[in-house]
Amino acid sequence: MPRTNDVGGLDGFGPVLEELDEPPFHADWEAHVFAMNRALIGRGIYNLDEFRDAVERTMTHESSYYENWFRAIETLLRERGHV
Amino acid sequence: MSDDHDDSPIAARVRELEAALEEKGLLDAQELDRALEAFTNRASPANGYRVVARAWTDEAFKARLLENANEALPELGLSMGGGLQVQRLLVVENTESVHNVIVCTLCSCYPLSLLGPSPTWYKSPAYRSKVVSHPREVLEQFGLTLPAGTEIRVWDANAETRYMVLPRRPEGTEHLSEEELAARVTRNGLIGTAAV
Repeated sequence: MPRTNDVGGLDGFGPVLEELDEPPFHADWEAHVFAMNRALIGRGIYNLDEFRDAVERTMTHESSYYENWFRAIETLLRERGHV
Repeated sequence: MSDDHDDSPIAARVRELEAALEEKGLLDAQELDRALEAFTNRASPANGYRVVARAWTDEAFKARLLENANEALPELGLSMGGGLQVQRLLVVENTESVHNVIVCTLCSCYPLSLLGPSPTWYKSPAYRSKVVSHPREVLEQFGLTLPAGTEIRVWDANAETRYMVLPRRPEGTEHLSEEELAARVTRNGLIGTAAV
């Protein structure tokens, strides 16, 4: 069965909404999530493929992009006993 | 990293996790600053604009770029190694009969070092689901209407391979310098949701 993230060709996600002059991050916490992930991967706490896998198995379409990232990071850290 | 005074629940959770990791010695604040700086300083669409302008003005460079982009990029001081791993880049050229557009249907793979931070719409399920099944419709939402006879090729990026579109050089730009041409290129042009 395809995972939730595998949306190619599916219907029902509505129109593509373009935001003009969009900043790289919409809130400071998003930048922190981005940086935290990069630092944890850099330290070898988990690797990029493990992170991708965690996003794909824990993401929801109701959550924002960086909310899904944060859930994946929390999940990996919990599974490895770091938090 | 700088203090964050956002009082939303998610911001508080991020702060808590960060503090817990710092306490355990798994992170330090300076490391986060460095990780972010490495990303924001190096990843810019201006890099992609330079690549396109060079390809428009130098046929031999364009040939090398289309043949093996990873080997051609260092000629402009660029590389695909700015992220966590080096990725293969394939540059796909728009022509009179073919228009290219890029997507990552599974997540958000994108040539960050050449295009800068990706827009939210690129990462949205709406774009990722629809551009592969109804590309013409999606391009029209971006204001790009292609002739009925134009073939649209959609390139689905993945963990190892990223794509960038080489737009067509606009007509009447023969007199422009490479820098002036670079200023004509747009981020969406490199994705394929705009003509230039």
